[in-house]
Amino acid sequence: MAETIKLKVSRYRPEEESEPTFQSYDAPYNKDWVLLDALNHVKNEIDGSLTFRWSCRMGVCGSCGMMVNGTPKLTCAIPLTDYDPSEPVLIEPLQFFPVIRDLVVDITGFLAKLSSVKPWIIRDDEDTSSSDEAEYRQTPAELDAYKQYSMCINCMLCYSACPVVGLESDFTGPAAIALAQRYNLDSRDQGAAERMEILNEHEGLWGCTFVGECTKVCPKNVDPAGAIQLYKLATATDWFKSMLLPWGSK
Amino acid sequence: MGFEVSTSQVPLDGLKFYRRPMSFWWWLERRAYFNFILRELTCVFVGAFAVLTLMQIRSLGRGPEAYAAFIAQLSTPVFLIFSVVTFLSVCYHTVTFLQAVPSIVVVRLREGRVSDRVVAGVHYALWLVASLAVVFVFLR
Amino acid sequence: MSTKGITPLLWFLFGAGGMVSALFFPVHIFLVGLAFPLGWFEAPSYEALHSLVLHPITRLYLFVFIFLPLFHWAHRFRYTLYDLFQIQHGLQMPIAVLCYGAALVGTLMAAYTLFTIT
Repeated sequence: MAETIKLKVSRYRPEEESEPTFQSYDAPYNKDWVLLDALNHVKNEIDGSLTFRWSCRMGVCGSCGMMVNGTPKLTCAIPLTDYDPSEPVLIEPLQFFPVIRDLVVDITGFLAKLSSVKPWIIRDDEDTSSSDEAEYRQTPAELDAYKQYSMCINCMLCYSACPVVGLESDFTGPAAIALAQRYNLDSRDQGAAERMEILNEHEGLWGCTFVGECTKVCPKNVDPAGAIQLYKLATATDWFKSMLLPWGSK
Repeated sequence: MGFEVSTSQVPLDGLKFYRRPMSFWWWLERRAYFNFILRELTCVFVGAFAVLTLMQIRSLGRGPEAYAAFIAQLSTPVFLIFSVVTFLSVCYHTVTFLQAVPSIVVVRLREGRVSDRVVAGVHYALWLVASLAVVFVFLR
Repeated sequence: MSTKGITPLLWFLFGAGGMVSALFFPVHIFLVGLAFPLGWFEAPSYEALHSLVLHPITRLYLFVFIFLPLFHWAHRFRYTLYDLFQIQHGLQMPIAVLCYGAALVGTLMAAYTLFTIT
């Protein structure tokens, strides 16, 4: 078995250069390691200036997303031995995001998009003074209706996979729209109409052309593409209802 | 709805973020993107065939000579090539469309959600039935 | 003028047109474009086809056959142009108008033809 594997890592030092460059490092081809371990080895033993995000190292925090050989992945979730040691592994920051340094990208735009869809339980009546309203009960079937969309860890791999995110910087994007659906379909929530107002826009729902790559790269099987298409269907159903039954309530 | 945050809100002493411009040929950079564009462009042949059908109906209304002239056009090499390309495109459209249908046609029963394969299978069956019906009507 | 308010309708027409063309176009193009011209099957005679088309159900079928797929093309082609050529906001509206406009013209022609054909 090979001794080392070459990592070809994108470096960007804004104080020194105006564009990213590549730097190669040899990491031990350890069969027990994930790609993140190899990156940490580089940082600890070879080049302390290499900068990247990571935290839980077990696929729940969403911090360690990077482009690996052109595909967005969580580096803590890929065994090093998935890669042939005779070829270098290309590691770049998540695409379609501004790069701050090396493999670290600016996520403020993403966070703004998440909050734009009002990702919290919206109630028509906010009065919780009576104890009857202190608890919202939900059956297992009601939980099933939105549970899949609640599994998102905000890792942004879907944004790096979606070409529309790259083409239209204002596009709300897969995770945010799936998050809106997570609340729309929650039986405790009454804010679907409010969110539909926000997302029934070109930069919202309608920017999506169902490429489907977001769902392919999602490490948590959230299926944002499916969430978005169902949301489009709900919007169309709503449109017909409002046209054909204008006297209908809500 | 602007989502750009100025660098002054982030304490980085005015260091410049790097923004890679999206290549004009972005859809050639990944196989998945190329397949996506191919799938979308099948709509051109869908539209073209709808128009062709309309033209065929209009020639039917103008009498046997007009119709025969139209039909003769369909046998020319140019049109035959167009037909082959259109046929392949439309089949690719069908296959990719039926692949997408389970994401939209979600049926929840007491036991859970009807599986994607069943939904797709039902639609493939519909495709077969529709095709057989059309053949029957044409060849009757 | 904006397509925003009717986007849900346009998307629905796109979906319906996609379904109609997915289920019916392959066999039609196979017969009309390949099997009949190449003589694999005997093409129906002018008289047979003519009387078939005059039937009200056939008229309706053919109208739907043309109307929905045209709007499927318009919606999909519009967005593909945006994506392929990175069309910026200024040009987006004219492209949308041209696409849906063309589909509308085709639909009206189909309606006129199928309503008046003798």
